Order: sequence, then structure tokens, then C-alpha cells
Amino acid sequence: MIRIEKLHKSYPIGKDSLHVLKGIDLHIKEGEFVSIMGSSGSGKSTLLNIVGLLDVHDEGNYYLNGQLIKDLNEKKAAILRNKFLGFVFQSFNLISYKTALENVALPLYYKGMARKERLKIAQEYLEKVELGPWANHLPNELSGGQKQRVAIARALVTKPKVVLADEPTGALDSTTTDSVMDLLKDINDEGMTVFVITHEEEVAEQTKRVVRLKDGLIISDELTATGKAKTV
Amino acid sequence: MFDLDRWREIFQSINKNRLRSVMSGFTVAFAILLFTLLFGVANGLGNFFKGAFADDAQNAMFVRVWKTSKPYKGLQTGRRVQLKNKDYDYIADEYENKIQYKSSRIYKNFTIKYKNEASSYSVMAVNPDHQYLEKTIINEGRYLNERDLKAKSKVIVIGRLIKKDLFGEKPALGKRVNVNGSSFLIIGIFSDDGGDNEERKAFIPLSTSQAMYGNNDYISQIALGYNPNLSTDAAIAFGNQMERDLRKKLNIHPDDQSALSVRNMAEANKFVGTVMLALFFIITFIGSGTLIAGIIGISNIMIFVIKERTKEFGIRKALGAKPSSIVGMVVQESVLITTIAGYVGLTIGTYILSLIGNSLEEKYFIKDPSVSSEIVIGATFVLIVSGLIAGYLPAKRAANIKPIEALRAD
Repeated sequence: MIRIEKLHKSYPIGKDSLHVLKGIDLHIKEGEFVSIMGSSGSGKSTLLNIVGLLDVHDEGNYYLNGQLIKDLNEKKAAILRNKFLGFVFQSFNLISYKTALENVALPLYYKGMARKERLKIAQEYLEKVELGPWANHLPNELSGGQKQRVAIARALVTKPKVVLADEPTGALDSTTTDSVMDLLKDINDEGMTVFVITHEEEVAEQTKRVVRLKDGLIISDELTATGKAKTV
Repeated sequence: MFDLDRWREIFQSINKNRLRSVMSGFTVAFAILLFTLLFGVANGLGNFFKGAFADDAQNAMFVRVWKTSKPYKGLQTGRRVQLKNKDYDYIADEYENKIQYKSSRIYKNFTIKYKNEASSYSVMAVNPDHQYLEKTIINEGRYLNERDLKAKSKVIVIGRLIKKDLFGEKPALGKRVNVNGSSFLIIGIFSDDGGDNEERKAFIPLSTSQAMYGNNDYISQIALGYNPNLSTDAAIAFGNQMERDLRKKLNIHPDDQSALSVRNMAEANKFVGTVMLALFFIITFIGSGTLIAGIIGISNIMIFVIKERTKEFGIRKALGAKPSSIVGMVVQESVLITTIAGYVGLTIGTYILSLIGNSLEEKYFIKDPSVSSEIVIGATFVLIVSGLIAGYLPAKRAANIKPIEALRAD
């Protein structure tokens, strides 16, 4: 599903440039539940942004669903994101003046789906994250955990191949963290590839494969206890 | 292409950000309001200037005489100058191809009486061309004609208000009135845009007056309409030339303005033309300045608004929005706000102008201030285009920011 070969990325800082990713090789197959661990500055968010087509890499190859990602313009990237990817962010990134239902329905709008149909589907997904009764509430009327569940519903509504979650539990307390992780596990059980970035061991443990990053390089890549249990 | 979903997105965005929308709308509405008022008032000034000279024909010239103020060729100061039919004939002959209309005038004040109603009115004895020189509008019957002059007929054309004074609502045409003791037949009733005084006048044939009152060939004034093919400058030159010729002929000092003068509408026309041109430049300059200020205002607000919404655009792009859909949304919103606000400003402006109406004519020389539909359409067009530009440029930039940077924005 995701294949990365010798990926490099650096950011210009004044006259110098900061080499963030220094040659990453990673292969994630369909249906995997992978977490990327690393301290801040290790390059994990950069990696996710490149995988999510929110940013471009400098060197190396990136294949998404078998397609080489190269010289994408914003329009093509938007189409690919809409078709293959679902995003869950640490800060939720819901649109504040839209209700939960409208937020969830938004990716379907960009897919070109008719209003009636997309609201119906959005409602189904809200119910899936147990927020059916909150459909007509604005984000600021929801708790952090509820907001993140809305964001997850929004990420799932287009039935993407990969769900990318950037510190999905970073802004949540431990109880809501568990409920969000349970949700991601359910998604994965349904066959969707889930790609989580975190710096919390407890979160990483609940995924099936942990990739550890340090200073722009992969230092370890192993299956967790859960992962081993599943594959055995 | 009408995209209902797009409109829904826009209305939601406007509705949920009411203060922002109202503020940007207000800038535009205010600019257009000022623009409309400015053009309206300038138009009103123009109307007043045009109206001030509307009483007589645009090409009218009047030769008037009075007492001499300078001695000349042994003739004393204070001599009364008298125009006669031969002077009129001389002018008509000498300048035939420069003249469109010509008429002599004799001023009289007569009591006009019908049954028990009587009053004193200004009665002018004239030639048929006088109708065009004075811009007399015939409401009923007809004006004087050459047959009346040849036959020295005792016929009279009375003003609308004389008819009202003497006849009330009853018909007056074909009735006989007593003018200074003689019976005259009413052959026409007229109105005039020059005001009430002009409609309390009456016209009788020149020849009739000369035969009946004094039996001489004296005339009070000569009224002419210069050939409209003449340029304003040529018409002024013609007036000066005629003035010199007449002074020579009547033995008047060449600089004696009191004894004989020619009032030439061409001079007034030139003055009005210059004033209107100056006015046109001023309003064009200030008007476009006002519009530009409005456009800059909305551009500033749009830049701010888009900066504020950068993160939202980042989210939308992460969810699959193409840059074109973001630019389209912003531009459409901006055009919608400018158009509605502009229309509101225009409506308020037009309403205020209609309230002002003619109330400022006496004091401030503003008559019937209004904006023409071309200006309205032009201003609306400028607004829509400026809304487009004001929205497009910053939106284009925002839409091209990498989503990751947009998401980081706060």
C-alpha cells in the first residue's frame, strides 16, 4: 500500500537547511496497523505529511497504492488525498462554523456527491462513532474526545485505503485515548490500513507494528505483542 | 453553471461570519453611497446651469438699446436710442445666412379684460419666429403667423396663467378679450418652462401693435437665433460684428454698452460648457478616487479574511479540495458581498437624491440631482470586477500554500 525508498527531506532555515529525513525505507502492506514512534524532531510528522501528500519529498521514491508519487500538482494531490487518504489530526482540525454532520460530510462534497446522499452517509458514520445524537452540534459544543471521534468519522467517510493519524490522542486524557484507540482498532479490523504517529508507548503498544525513528533514520521496526499474536 | 452546493457553502460562510461580512459589505456600500451622491449632486449642479438658460432658445441673441452714456460725433450723452423696422430689415439682410430665426419685440403693459375679470399683463408684439426664440409651447390653438402680420389682425396668444386668471377652467380659445380698449380674438394658449412670469404674458402681431399704438415703426428689441451650424466662437464673433455695425449705423460710440448691447446666448453656452467640463473632470477624479478607496478597502479586508481562513483552507485541502474550488468559493463570496453591498449603497444613494429633489435649488444651485443608468451600470460593473480581483489575488495565493503550512497557520 505504501512503499518508501531512500526518502530524503530537508527544510531550508535561513541560508542553511535542516536535514530531517535522511533516507527512510519503509513498506506498509494493506491492512496493517502501524505506529511511528519518536521524540519530537525525529522526523515522524514530516514522514506522515509526505505520506499524506501534504508535503513533498526531496529525494527517493514514494509509491502510494502502487502509483509513483512525483511532481504532483495541488489538484492531482487533492484528488489522491480525497480518494485514498483519511486524516486524523492532533488538534482535530474541524471547521468551527460547521456542525458535526457537515464536517463529516465535507470530504464527500469534494468527491462531488449530492447533498442528500452525503448527509445520509455522514450520519451513518457519526453513528458508527456513537455521536449520532450530536450531529447538529458545532465543534465547540463537543468535548475533546467527541471532536476527535467526529474527525475520525470524517476521515473514514470516503472509505479511504489508508487512515493517517498524527498524534490522535495527543490532546486527550487517558480514558478518551482508549476509546479513540479502540475505534482505530475497529477500523483496522475492518481491513483499513492505519498509520499512527505517537510518542506515547501505551498508544504504540496497541498497534500491531512499531517503527522507531531517531534523527531522521529508522532505528527499529518490529511487531508488537498484539501484532505477533495476530500473525501467529 | 449554477452550483447549489457551492452557494450553500458561501451562504453558510457569510452567515457564520456575519460581522466580517457586514464590515466588508459596509466599506463597499459606503464607497458606492458616496460615489452616487457625488455624481448625483454634480448632475444636479449641471442641471441647474442648463436650466438657468432654458427660458430662451440655446442660440438666442437679443439686441437692446437705451440711452447713450458717451458723447459721439457731436451727439450728446443721454440721447435715447430708438430701433426701427429698417434696423431689423438691415440685420435680416446683412446677416441672412448667419440667422435661423428673427423677430422684433415691442414691450407693452395692457389691461386684459374678459367679462368681469381684468388684470394688467405684459403684452409683447412680435413676429412669428418669436415662438422658437422664446421657446413658447402652444397648448391650444396656434401661434401668430405671417398672415396675421400682413393683415394686422387683432389676434392674441395668451399664457396659461392669464387663461386661468380670466377664464378659470372654462374654455378660452376663440373667445374675445378686451385689450387696452380693443377687442382681440384669442387664437392660442401657451405654456413656458421659464417660470410663472413667462406664463403671464401675451403675444400680439408686431404690425398690429405698430398700427394701433402710435402708428410708427418703432421697435423695442430685436431677437435673433443664430444659425445653429455656427460654432460657439463663430456665433460670438457674429454677435460682436453685429454690435459694431449697429453702433456705427446708429451713431453710437463704439464702447457705449449702455446705448446698445447684444446679449448672446453663445457666450452663456461657452461659459456653461466650460463649467460643465470642469465639473466633469472634478467628479470623475473624486468619484474614481472614492471607488478606488472602496476597492482598496475590500481588498484589505479580503486579505485579512483569507489569512484568517488559511487554516480552514488547509483542512479543506487535506480533505480533497482542489485549489480551484477554494479560489472559486472565495471569489464568489467576495463578488456576492460586493454586489449586494454595492447595490444597497446605490439604492440608499438614489433614495437620498430623490429625497433632496429640487429642495436645494434656491440655496445651493442643485436641481433634480440623479444618476444616469449608464453610471449605475458602470459602477456596478466596476464593483463586480473589483470584488473579483479583491477575492482572486489573495485566494489564489492562499490556495497554493502547501496544506501542511496552511494547517500550521493559526
